[in-house]
Amino acid sequence: MDEIYMDWAATSPVRPEVAEAMAPYLADRFGNPSSVHRWGRAARAALEEARERLAAVLGAARREIVFTGSGTEADNLAVLGRARAVARSGQRVIVACTAIEHKAVLEPARQAAREGAELLVMAVDETGRLDLGALDEALAAGPAVVSVQWGNNEIGTLQPIDEVADRCRSRGITFHSDAVQALGRVPVRVDRTPCDLLTVSAHKLGGPKGVGALYVREGTELEALIFGGGQEWELRPGTQNVAGAVGLAVAAELAVAEMEAESARIGALRDRLESGLRERIDGLVVHGAGAPRLSHILNVGIPGVDQEAILMALDLEGIAVSSGSACQSGAVEASHVLVAIGAAHATPDPDRPDPASIRFSLGRTTTSEHVDRVIDRVPEVVKRLRALGSNDLFGGL
Amino acid sequence: MSRSDRRTILVAMSGGVDSSVAAALLVKAGHRVIGATMKTFCYSDTPGPSRTCCGLEGIMDARAVCDTLGIPHYVFDLEEEFTRAVIDDFVTEYAAGRTPNPCVRCNSNTKLPDLLRKGRMLGADAVATGHYARISPPEEPGGAPRIRRGLDARKDQSYFLWGVPKAMLPYLEFPVGELTKSEVRAMARELGLATADKPESQEICFVPTNDYTDFLAQRLGSDHPALSPGALVTTTGEVIGQHGGYARYTVGQRKGLGGGHRRPLYVLGVRPATNEVVVGSNDELYRADVTLADLNWLDTPPVPGERVKVQVRYRARAVDARVISIGPDRVQLELDEPERAITPGQSGAVYRDDILVGGGRIR
Repeated sequence: MDEIYMDWAATSPVRPEVAEAMAPYLADRFGNPSSVHRWGRAARAALEEARERLAAVLGAARREIVFTGSGTEADNLAVLGRARAVARSGQRVIVACTAIEHKAVLEPARQAAREGAELLVMAVDETGRLDLGALDEALAAGPAVVSVQWGNNEIGTLQPIDEVADRCRSRGITFHSDAVQALGRVPVRVDRTPCDLLTVSAHKLGGPKGVGALYVREGTELEALIFGGGQEWELRPGTQNVAGAVGLAVAAELAVAEMEAESARIGALRDRLESGLRERIDGLVVHGAGAPRLSHILNVGIPGVDQEAILMALDLEGIAVSSGSACQSGAVEASHVLVAIGAAHATPDPDRPDPASIRFSLGRTTTSEHVDRVIDRVPEVVKRLRALGSNDLFGGL
Repeated sequence: MSRSDRRTILVAMSGGVDSSVAAALLVKAGHRVIGATMKTFCYSDTPGPSRTCCGLEGIMDARAVCDTLGIPHYVFDLEEEFTRAVIDDFVTEYAAGRTPNPCVRCNSNTKLPDLLRKGRMLGADAVATGHYARISPPEEPGGAPRIRRGLDARKDQSYFLWGVPKAMLPYLEFPVGELTKSEVRAMARELGLATADKPESQEICFVPTNDYTDFLAQRLGSDHPALSPGALVTTTGEVIGQHGGYARYTVGQRKGLGGGHRRPLYVLGVRPATNEVVVGSNDELYRADVTLADLNWLDTPPVPGERVKVQVRYRARAVDARVISIGPDRVQLELDEPERAITPGQSGAVYRDDILVGGGRIR
């Protein structure tokens, strides 16, 4: 069976160039970058070079890059680390974020709320774009941090990020953006967009899993979330993942260097997929349509189809896609993003079931042939599932 | 196996050894097998980020077995359906003074029909489970297949299947029904399945603490009459003590009746309307009349006067009985020999020889 991977927003394979750059630091140059001796020096040199290169990609200074164990960890450090730092100064803490943030932002924001902060969740419109009126309202309250995702991981919606950053900057409010999906897809530079905190991750870009980074603008007060050695300016103790940091830097460089051509290519494939599915599937809706979107993500709603079954049926057909966020058990939960844009009910209504949502996400090795095969097969699966309507106890027996 | 014999079969996998081997047997027979586990409830009482249901051991075990067998495994979220069909019924039955059998409800209303429905969507031709039961082809063309007892008499689980919708019979498979439990374990070990030596689960899956009264208190409120003190009475109406709530008592029970009685006392029944628990001697526990309600028939329903066998609890012998009357929602049976502690709410499964004819809930 020919298998088609269209879940690049979940993760991506490590690029050969990246693996090659990482290899020496897994074996020969295995040193601990904190050690005094030559092994330590060699590892430290690689780590600092990686820091320098990632900083250059982001338009940041070397000392503003904090390597972390994941994008999630970087988001936690930005949101909860910022909330705690402000709380320590005795001020009232307000955390503001959009309703469609990744859980890596929403959950630390909720944790901050459990620790006494006030949480302001800013509404988005039906395309997922932040309501700038809601932003102004939140800014007027003087939050410790405002977190707005650069581009959404589920529906791809891009936020008016320069506008958001400018408004935060002009009021002196700390601004964080999760750019995990955006980096390498659209220009992401902190010297052009005045962010104070910015999250990136390696494995969405052809880098390895288990490494991310937080850009921390000089002078931004943060509190570490874990305790140990003094690594990463005491913001992220623990022996650094040297190979991972190298992998992140190389993957980010490659992705950004190829961005213009690759985004155009992938965007064209995505558009072809979108129109092909629209033509062949009655009632199909494109979530986030009308807003500027990340080029690699297409999230559609298909009425009359069982949410769980379509993902599994497509898997059995060799097509890897996803929907919303999957719980560790593998059961599919309602997506808070789709709820926030009004495309799904917060609590399912058995009489008016939500359309099944599917996120297709494309990547470096996606070809037009893959797209055409998906355009061919998905409508067939939809047809079968619709014929077996969920009202029929035994599925049309 | 010829191409036309190769079918797609969804196996309901609990994470236990029986359903693991069921899947393995079907893979070995050359079928296209899909492993499926139901997520039926959340273990965690604590809201917030630690949703431990996502780490349910059963799901992990089933997934490990599927990885070993090289087949896909999916988790279906049937929490809503399970709550409605099984948990709500469990609570209602206890509140009505009966002793429910949630596994039967689950097989009849959730596990088999819902997984078959989901399975059809994935292109499956049939659903298999790890029950020790057998399925026989129809006697005459156009007839329905029939459920028979499993070959291992000590493990036979056909009792739990009387409520399965008859329309499902052509789409059911019980691959371990021809094996004994020890053969199943041996096969699991041979195949290196992670669940080979897993102990049998005894408790009710959604009451992991095994304290069902605690669970009822959460659902009904601890001040519900079913959980509030009432009178312990004899069959002649004499009040001889107090009890801690009728839902704590089931027919035949000795424990929890307090000491100081002149003779050993057993629960004969409960009266929810007056919150009384009726007690008496061991002899008084024997009854020959059985009435079944909420009927389901898998084969030709019995007729008045017909001699059948009826099994009134899991792992009990099926006893000879005569059908007194039968209607659309009640069947009355008279047992040849009185049976001890026939318990309202439990299942009465009706057999002709080893063929499961159907059954109902004991009234």
